[in-house]
Amino acid sequence: MRTIFEEHTPGRGTQYLPERAVDLAALLPAGEIRRELPLPELSEVQAVRHFTGLSRRNYGVDSGFYPLGSCTMKYNPKVNEDTSRLPGFALLHPYQPEATAQGALQLMWELGRDLAAITGMDAVSLQPAAGAHGELTGILIVKAYHEARGDSGRTQVIVPDSAHGTNPATAAMAGYDVVHVPSDERGGVDLEALRALASEKTAALMLTNPNTLGVFDERITQIAEVIHAAGGLVYYDGANLNAVLGHSRPGDMGFDIVHLNLHKTFSTPHGGGGPGAGPVGVKAHLRDFLPVPLVAERDGVYHLDYSLKHTIGQMRSFYGNFGVLVRAYTYIRALGAAGLREVADDAVLNANYVLSLIRDHVEVPFDRIPKHEFVVAPPEDLVRGQGVKTLDIAKRLLDYDYHPPTVYFPLIVHEAMMIEPTETETRETLEAFAETLCRIIDEGRENPEFVKSAPHQTVVGRLDEARAVKQPKLLERLGG
Amino acid sequence: MRFSPHTADDRRAMLRRIGAASVEELFSDLPEAVRLKGPLDVPEGLSESEVAGLLGRLAAKDQDLGQHVSFLGGGAYDRYIPAAVGELLRRSEFYTAYTPYQPEISQGTLQAIFEFQSLVAALTGLDIAQASLYDGATAVAEAAMLAWGQTGRTKIVVARSVDPQYRVVLRTYAHGRGLAVVELPLRDGRAAAEDIREVAEGAACVIVQHPNFFGLLEDVEGLVAAAHAAGALYIAVADPVSLAVLRPPGAYGADVAVGEAQGLGIAPSFGGPYLGYMAAKQEYLRRLPGRIVGETADHEGRRGYVLTFQTREQHIRREKATSNICTNQGLMALAATIYTTLVGPQGLRQAAALSIEGAHRLGDGAQRLGIAPAFSGPYAYEVALRSRKAVGEVEAAMLAAGMLGPLDLGRFYPELQGTMLLSVTEKRTAEEIDRLLGVLQGVGA
Repeated sequence: MRTIFEEHTPGRGTQYLPERAVDLAALLPAGEIRRELPLPELSEVQAVRHFTGLSRRNYGVDSGFYPLGSCTMKYNPKVNEDTSRLPGFALLHPYQPEATAQGALQLMWELGRDLAAITGMDAVSLQPAAGAHGELTGILIVKAYHEARGDSGRTQVIVPDSAHGTNPATAAMAGYDVVHVPSDERGGVDLEALRALASEKTAALMLTNPNTLGVFDERITQIAEVIHAAGGLVYYDGANLNAVLGHSRPGDMGFDIVHLNLHKTFSTPHGGGGPGAGPVGVKAHLRDFLPVPLVAERDGVYHLDYSLKHTIGQMRSFYGNFGVLVRAYTYIRALGAAGLREVADDAVLNANYVLSLIRDHVEVPFDRIPKHEFVVAPPEDLVRGQGVKTLDIAKRLLDYDYHPPTVYFPLIVHEAMMIEPTETETRETLEAFAETLCRIIDEGRENPEFVKSAPHQTVVGRLDEARAVKQPKLLERLGG
Repeated sequence: MRFSPHTADDRRAMLRRIGAASVEELFSDLPEAVRLKGPLDVPEGLSESEVAGLLGRLAAKDQDLGQHVSFLGGGAYDRYIPAAVGELLRRSEFYTAYTPYQPEISQGTLQAIFEFQSLVAALTGLDIAQASLYDGATAVAEAAMLAWGQTGRTKIVVARSVDPQYRVVLRTYAHGRGLAVVELPLRDGRAAAEDIREVAEGAACVIVQHPNFFGLLEDVEGLVAAAHAAGALYIAVADPVSLAVLRPPGAYGADVAVGEAQGLGIAPSFGGPYLGYMAAKQEYLRRLPGRIVGETADHEGRRGYVLTFQTREQHIRREKATSNICTNQGLMALAATIYTTLVGPQGLRQAAALSIEGAHRLGDGAQRLGIAPAFSGPYAYEVALRSRKAVGEVEAAMLAAGMLGPLDLGRFYPELQGTMLLSVTEKRTAEEIDRLLGVLQGVGA
């Protein structure tokens, strides 16, 4: 497809604003005024067709099944899109007087209260803009907490070898050294190794539970005890909360700090890469360390509270990705307590069902009851004998109009395929997907080259990523 | 309301296949001690009609920008958004997609980001741009981290005329990496080159907003020279709308440009989601945070776009990544791309020019009323005024007249008690500005 720069015709354009001439030279110093502005000029219909065309070269949850492990690509209810665009929410200026934004503040206060109840925490900040941003908020709270106690020797954050890449990257951004704890043969944290690592240098442990293998770590309370006994804090990466909603709460597992991904568990759309929202919840002893402002309530009136004694400061401008918060609030109100628990029920049921349909056709490295997702690998004979790898299977799935699972993650499983169906998919969809996956494995045995050269049906084939680095073209300019 | 499609028959059949007697059995590995005993303490669920009604009533408690004439700005603007922007953003192939990890079925998102990068580079006059950051404040903080990574220096210099929220966020981030933040004092509302010369030795960067938080034009040439003389990177903070009419950072020697792009077609939405951007000179490519899209081709030579230079990023480099950012503000970058494409260079220039014209109508009018400007010198679309009445009184009088504003600068600057900031966008008419002047006169501001 042509780019907007290739669509450019000088003189095209649509009048959106009054055409009154403004004499800028009378208002600004001549030397400060820009002479040329090399932006493309298109008519409105050209622009509309261009972006509609781009949308047709994209694949979302509304296009089809999206079992992207760890990303919880559930259906995004349309009513959430409507409520977030109500003028009373979308057309609020963040600096307008609190008295004129009571509805928005009430929504935020109630959402914080509900997220605290769901996670078993005592206070919640809605400010972080995404999961990784929530992680950074949480680890900066860890840092401020130890500093406030004069405990200055804690230089390490422990993360499991199965962790998301954001965990170690976050710890480094907060100035910590990263120490990796291995997984045991059942896919959980190796408790003995953890005991050996935990020390007076331990600032925190970052953990996902269920972890990235989709496995619930049954020894979670012991793990938390080991870290607490060493004087560290325990951080919950909420990426996988969908699995245990209404069944178990991080606060009851021994976690001190959690972040949630509203764009995963609470159905706000991912937007092709954001915006998300990554609220952070803490136990009471850490409330004063949260970023400011918090929304507070007194006698039915809501206000912004900047008075937290040990606050880490502010993580971004204003109060959070408010439009995303409205969607999550709408979702929680619609589902209610029973509906939220049913989300986890069906997310886990669906994952187990898909596994039951494909287990005889794939390798299952950690064969336990998965929660909302599970990790498998292609059969050994296919990988070694035919040279058909996980990437090839993923690409062939595109031809059947599926979004592939997460591939090559977690790093501890060779040729990993991480499958997360989510609760919103029908039995027929799950069966058709399982059947397709098995068919591709058969195809790989019969005609490996065909699978290895997939996809064959998409608007472009496999793209040359090496060329993108060797001959970088990262933008286009008017006139080429 | 539930979004799970299963019938009782479905569940039974699925459990049979799995070999479990009940769904509960699938949770049997959860230890007793961590099981939630009762229901979640969350209200009972509602139907769609009930939940739509509830949210409608909550929203109705707010007084929005459609009901009031807004003179609030300070980093978030009530600008006109063409109808086609909202229409296109609701294409669900865009908004229900994940990060484009599978390029063959994500060419829409990828090409849009490529076009966004191109527009940001064109607006800022710099060589390269990345895919988006959370907002203007975190973009400033990430730029400081880039400068630290590049120079190995641990001092960050920032002008006090930079948006106060950006400076607070910068401090929060800097504390994580153990960096020191030094502020340049206000000199008639601006940064001064001699102050840079005093503190910039050993600094990783100097961060200056232009036009600054008060809407004032900074002496950018002198500031850049002073920063570079100390071996520090110059980081320009700029509202992209202002770049339609003002000389861009690339033209006056900035190494990195960052800012808040909410003004490009994104609703004020009580502070988010917004859109941080970052552009830089070519040499900083491998230090940029977050996603970058590049053009390439498939084996048949068909053009396509991919996420590239990923060895900078957390999922590859883990603790050695340039940033931990993963999810960014993709859909907002799409909004900005659609907006900028629709309005084109003429429309963007007109938005900036009408805003500046309106602000000067307000500034000149205020002066005629004897309301002193807080600072001297040229300004864009914010007007900082010294009020003779408490700013709260002005705010109340404006609200009574159906207007929002001003922003009390004393909130952020103890030295600026009694000073207020009013902002004008292209949506404000001459009649509305004159009405505001009447209110200011009436209250004795």
